[in-house]
Order: sequence, then C-alpha cells, then structure tokens
Amino acid sequence: MSQDVQEPEAEALAPELLPLDAWHRARGGRMVPFAGYEMPVQYEGIMAEHLWTREHAGLFDVSHMGQLLFSGADTDAQLETLLPGDIKGLIPGRMRYSLLLADNGGIHDDLMVTRLGDENAFEIDAGAFYMVVNGATKWDDLGVFREALPDEVAINHLDEQALLALQGPEAVTALERVVPGVASLVFMTAAAFEWQGNPLWVSRSGYTGEDGFEISLPGDAAEAFAEALCAQPEVKPIGLGARDSLRLEAGLPLYGHDLDLDTNPVAADLGFALSKRRREEGGFPGAEAILADRANGSATKRVGLIVEGRQPVREGAIVVDDSGTQIGTVTSGGFAPSVQKPIAMAYVPAALATPGTRVTLSQRGKTHNAEVTSMPFVPHRYVRKGA
Amino acid sequence: MSRYFTQDHEWIQVDGDTATVGITTYAQSQLGDIVFVETPEAGKTVAKGDDAAVVESVKAASDVYAPASGTVVEGNPALADNPALVNEDPEGEGWFFKLTLSNAAEVEALMDEAAYKDFVDSL
Repeated sequence: MSQDVQEPEAEALAPELLPLDAWHRARGGRMVPFAGYEMPVQYEGIMAEHLWTREHAGLFDVSHMGQLLFSGADTDAQLETLLPGDIKGLIPGRMRYSLLLADNGGIHDDLMVTRLGDENAFEIDAGAFYMVVNGATKWDDLGVFREALPDEVAINHLDEQALLALQGPEAVTALERVVPGVASLVFMTAAAFEWQGNPLWVSRSGYTGEDGFEISLPGDAAEAFAEALCAQPEVKPIGLGARDSLRLEAGLPLYGHDLDLDTNPVAADLGFALSKRRREEGGFPGAEAILADRANGSATKRVGLIVEGRQPVREGAIVVDDSGTQIGTVTSGGFAPSVQKPIAMAYVPAALATPGTRVTLSQRGKTHNAEVTSMPFVPHRYVRKGA
Repeated sequence: MSRYFTQDHEWIQVDGDTATVGITTYAQSQLGDIVFVETPEAGKTVAKGDDAAVVESVKAASDVYAPASGTVVEGNPALADNPALVNEDPEGEGWFFKLTLSNAAEVEALMDEAAYKDFVDSL
C-alpha cells in the first residue's frame, strides 16, 4: 500500500514549532509539516472532528497564519492601492474579506482586514489596520507590501502572536463563559477583551461556514487559554484535516489550491470582494482586466460539484468534454462528512457554470460524473446584525 | 493457514493455493476514516507488486499492491456499501480480495507476524 496522493508536501527546511506544539502532541494530535510549521492534521479522526465542529465547537490552532499591523498616515488609502475592497469605509472594529492583487489581476493572497479603534489589543494608535494572511504566503505578502507601500506606512509582523479559531454553533456559549462579553459581537466585527491579564483580539469570523470566533493572543498565553477553552464541555481540539473539509463544504476557496496568481477575482467568483465604490473608481492592481471580466463575463468560473458514487475526486483531476479533452480543472475535492458525498470545486468554461449542468471528470484514468451545484454545500450559519 | 505481511502494510492469509488480502491495522490507523475502496474484479490476473486495489480516506488516496501473483477470485462486496469496515476490522471482515496463487513460493519472502510487528515498531 502506498499513500501517494494529497499528502502535505515535504518541506525543504526543518519545520518550525508553534506556541501550542507540545500541547497538540500531549492531546494526541498527529503532527505534519504544513506551511513551514509542524501542525496537527487530526486528533481522533477527521470525520468525527468535522461533525463535532458542525454540532458543537471545535478549537483550531491557526497560528501559522500571518498577523500583520499597518499604521501611519493614510494607511487606508495606501492599502486601497493593493486591495480592491472599500478599506476607507471600514469603521473601527469592522472587518472585510479582501484580496492582495497582482498587476495582471491575479491573486497574491486572500485575507481579512480590520480597522482598529482606540481600544485594541496591540497598543497601537486608532486608524491602524490588523490583517490576517495565509501562512504559506505570508513572507511573499510581506515582500509585496513592503515593496509597494511608502515608508510612512509601518508594517509590523506579529510573529510572537498565536491565533486560535473556535468554530461551531456552541462556540458562543463556550467562549462567553471564558471571556464574558464576546456574545455581543456579530459576524465580521472584532473587539479587544482580556483573559487573566492577557490582551485578546477577538473577531466573530472564521472559515468553516459556522458561527465562531478567531482569537489573537500572546503566544506565551496560548497554551493556558487553549486548555481553558477545551475544559468547556462544548469544545474539542480539531486538526487541519477537518478545517479543510469544513471550508470545502462551506464553499470557501483555499489559497494555493482554488486561488493563485493565475486566477482572477471574477473567475474565482469573488466579485463580492470588489466593493462598489472601488469598482466605480478603479485604482487597484489589475483593475482594467478585472473590471472588463466583470462587465463581459469571465471565460471560466469556479463552481461547486457533487460527484456521483462514493469515490472522492481530488485536486488535480480534470474536467473533460465528450472527446476526453481537458476543459477544466478540479482545484479542491474530497469526501464531505456532513453531505455524505464526494464534493469538489473546479474551474469550468462559463457556459457550463449553471447549477444543474452535468460534467465529466477524469482522475487516474477513470471517469466520474458530476453535477454543477450552487455553493455552499452546507448552509452558512453566521450570526449577523439584527438576526 | 499462515499469514504474511508486506513492507507496504498489506497482509495475505494463505490457505493452500488460495489467499485473502487486506491492509493492516497499522495501515488503517495511518489512513484514518476510509470512505471508499475499489477492489479488483474476479478473473483479473495480477503480478506481485501490481496495483490491485485503491483505498481512499477523507484526506488521501492510496494504492494497494498485490503481495503475490495470481488470479482474483473475488473482491469483498461488503466494502462497496460500507468502506468503514476496513477501519473497524481491517484484518478480518475488512479484507479486500481473494486470489488463486500462481506461485505460492512468493509469499515465503514476506514477513511473518512477529517480523512485521518489529518492522512497524521501527517506523
């Protein structure tokens, strides 16, 4: 037997250890190299962890992700030269999903950006921005930001800071018990809290499709805080394996798989990340190409697929026409524990992107039938204002 | 009857000139939740070391090699409906396929249970 598909790639350098490394091992986490770090891929099993998160609350260590602070004069205007979102319009404590764009309209990274207010956990002036970027791209992102932004914008990489995500319908119950007050946050807002003298920066956000929180805190407090969360009956530690299956069911793209420098926001179905004012004004990298695609339609589109049968179709499989010629590519795929079917994301020609369209996939010499479906595969359960 | 093991974590139970093949308890524990198994069809001939079956976990696909040469008698029909049987009983009800051996001497080169246990302990 050989395990040859879809295992995390070996890293050239010895992986670094994150603040919770010993804690994961003590909890039975199976550690694998990922994005330059040793990370827990699973504890008791991906299926059980996935379903636990959908029903209760899962604690994810995402400390490998990059946490950046931007401060200085006109930081919002400066960030708008690289991101297509309405950054100027963000009020303190509000956050937005955005993209770090390349000059050709391709995507360097996808990210979350928050405007900080007077009270924040980072001892920095109001008007600064907090950003979370992907772990595998953070060093390249820093290079892009440093190159493009003027010296007046200070960039601070919070590499001593841990980042935990608590996700699932019972996350609010569990976290409110440990950090009173967090229940007042709604989806895509953030605020400063404190736990045993440690500053916390808590946002109501995540990447599983469930209600939940992301909590930034000093690395040296992470183990005690994770222990306090897992002492709650609703909470179990969950590995990156289930994080991937959860985000796939939620229809959320993963950078390096569903998004890269060769995909543009319109093909990637991320048109919502192009704020209205920015579409009218332009002035972000690749604006001309992206806005033309938006007006005329992109040649390809990211879609969801439900695959017939039980065999998973994975990243790298191809979409073929009747003569077997490649017309598209599967960028993520696997068995969906909550759907109990194999599902996938793929780029297909725009003419095939309508839900209900049947397509043929080819993987390792075998064909599979699939149907284009609207995403998410599992409904989002975010807690929005007024809900 | 005797049972042999490969370094790729297959087991083969030999009974005269027929044999049953599966993956080991260690292998299933490494794979995690198994969601799909493709077994070979009756009548297919396989040489020692050929890809003979596919096992897929939530996360990854793996090939299962034929530990010895022969002709497939049957694939385990129970795995189509319940691939998790491989997790629950890998060295029993979760078998993959049965073979008529074409060269029974091939299995002599494989590890016995004690040698396989030492091999796994060394990993």
